[in-house]
Amino acid sequence: MIGFATRRLLQAMVVMLVVALLAFTMFRFVGDPINQMVGIETSIEEREALRERLGLNDPIPVQFARFVTQAAQFDFGTSYQFRQPVSELFAKRIPATLELSFTSALFALVVGIPMGIYAGLNRESAISKLFLSVSLVGISLPTFFIGILLIFLFSVTLQWLPSFGRGEVVQVGSWWTTGFLTASGLKALILPSITLGLYQMTLIMRLIRAEMLEVIRTDYIKFARARGLPDRLVHFRHALKNTLVPVITITGLQLGAIIAFATITETVFQWPGMGLMFLQAVQNVDIPIMSAYLLLTAFLFVAINFIVDILYFLIDPRLRVGRP
Amino acid sequence: MPYVSNEEAKAAVQERAGEPAAQGRLSRILDSDMFHSFLRSKVTVVAAIGTFILFLLAFLAPWVAPHNPFDLASISILDARVPPVWMEYADPRFILGTDDQGRDLLSGIFYGMRISLIVGFCSVIAAAVLGISLGLIAGYTGGRTDAIIMRIADVQLTFPAILIALLIDGVAAGVFGSIDREVFAFYILIVSLALSFWVQYARTVRGSTMVEKNKEYVQAARVIGIPAIIIMIRHILPNVMGPVMVIATINLALAIVTEATLSFLGVGMPPTQPSLGTLIAIGNDFLYSGEWWIAIFPGLALALLVLNVNLLGDWLRDALNPKLR
Repeated sequence: MIGFATRRLLQAMVVMLVVALLAFTMFRFVGDPINQMVGIETSIEEREALRERLGLNDPIPVQFARFVTQAAQFDFGTSYQFRQPVSELFAKRIPATLELSFTSALFALVVGIPMGIYAGLNRESAISKLFLSVSLVGISLPTFFIGILLIFLFSVTLQWLPSFGRGEVVQVGSWWTTGFLTASGLKALILPSITLGLYQMTLIMRLIRAEMLEVIRTDYIKFARARGLPDRLVHFRHALKNTLVPVITITGLQLGAIIAFATITETVFQWPGMGLMFLQAVQNVDIPIMSAYLLLTAFLFVAINFIVDILYFLIDPRLRVGRP
Repeated sequence: MPYVSNEEAKAAVQERAGEPAAQGRLSRILDSDMFHSFLRSKVTVVAAIGTFILFLLAFLAPWVAPHNPFDLASISILDARVPPVWMEYADPRFILGTDDQGRDLLSGIFYGMRISLIVGFCSVIAAAVLGISLGLIAGYTGGRTDAIIMRIADVQLTFPAILIALLIDGVAAGVFGSIDREVFAFYILIVSLALSFWVQYARTVRGSTMVEKNKEYVQAARVIGIPAIIIMIRHILPNVMGPVMVIATINLALAIVTEATLSFLGVGMPPTQPSLGTLIAIGNDFLYSGEWWIAIFPGLALALLVLNVNLLGDWLRDALNPKLR
């Protein structure tokens, strides 16, 4: 176990170093950082002084080492467009993105799992076939178009739900803001989280259905039925339990995808999160925000991958046997 | 027993009777397992016809579109935001209505689909060429080259393609400056899509190459002194192309969606050369003022295109999978 975890941890660190190198290259070589920081009237001497002070004349490996050290302490430099420290900008926007991602993951699980169980148990029923066709359409519709359709239906035509923003938010603690505690905040969450979670929902549904179909055919389910156990017990105690292992892995890995696709959803709904800020940074070539976002998401993905690997190892005993 | 039409049966009989294969290729295709499994799945036949019609409409846009949305002489701002024909205040010249500049929406969709498809095809080809080359090299050479290429692939696989494409787009904008962006938009888009999608090809090709390179025909070629590059291209490549075709079909749908998303986000095709995504982005501004058709119709066209290509890809994957036969 310890050997496995250390090996994975080392791999994760190598990945992070590679990503840091990429982020550093972007930060240092795309455009001249000095030109972005000073106005036109700054003299060449002042520019050189600033360059020296910021250490941009040091050898590249030294600069890279400094970049990594600062990034490890959440110091990502100053945004070109906002003239504020990137870490402060991110801190303000992380709650919005995390609340949105959490709600859509919850939506995907709560709706996707029952649909998958039903479609797996009643393979031939009309409703199962309807679920499957809907899920195919859901996979083919691009995320941003789903958002537009929902806005058109529920905000413009029916005027039930807001089409942009987070609604009213409440400050919790020193820097976290939450939309969970107000009615307008909760209402504002509905459309964006459905948009973001729909793809994951269809994925989970199809996965559970496929796993159910497979598990139902195994011997231990047949024996459970032969013993005369009621259907409910067989389906939920015996079958469902064994379909959940791959679901946990996939859900874990999809968390990363949710955070990535939050960029699109946040743009459609003008949701004030990290993704929207990243997109504006891409449009305005704000390199410090871009490289910080790259590092942050990379860290999230690597951390999630690591945790899922360890979980898998803990859940599935077959991985443990016969390994040094 | 699968359904066999008269012609196919005849072709099959001829083939078996040892008829010369002069008219052979067509009948061979008609008699193949692939074609039978194609005919058996009604959804696939419909999807194939749908894809064919959409491709035809897109590539023949200059001839089939009722108007030319790029001809400034023929468009008039007075025709702006005309609703589709079945609504009030409609104009019979514009079946699906017009956009904010008075361009016919139906024609705009045909032309936009053309741009979406061109970007899709070019980026799939670029990604395939890059991925196949790296996969062949990694699989055939092995050792350190293999390790480096595959580690890069692993790192990249942890990130969703859309993020990578966005980052590359942003960096390109920083390098080229925003003035040249419009000129280079098409190429930047293809490069960023190719760099986001090459990994799958590389992994698949590497795997099959490692199997193929130990087979006798490769060893024979090596013994008679054929250079490695020729062995890779002439001998191994044709034998690893099957799975590549499946990935390419599925990736075409993915590339079209990703391109549309990037264009919608404002970092893809510029409004002067609108793809379907750009059209949706333009229409999105008018959604709230009740002019829904400007965004919804291009969106439906995009969904239809992607759905059809996806269905074809699904079928191709199953048909080429020996486990399911």
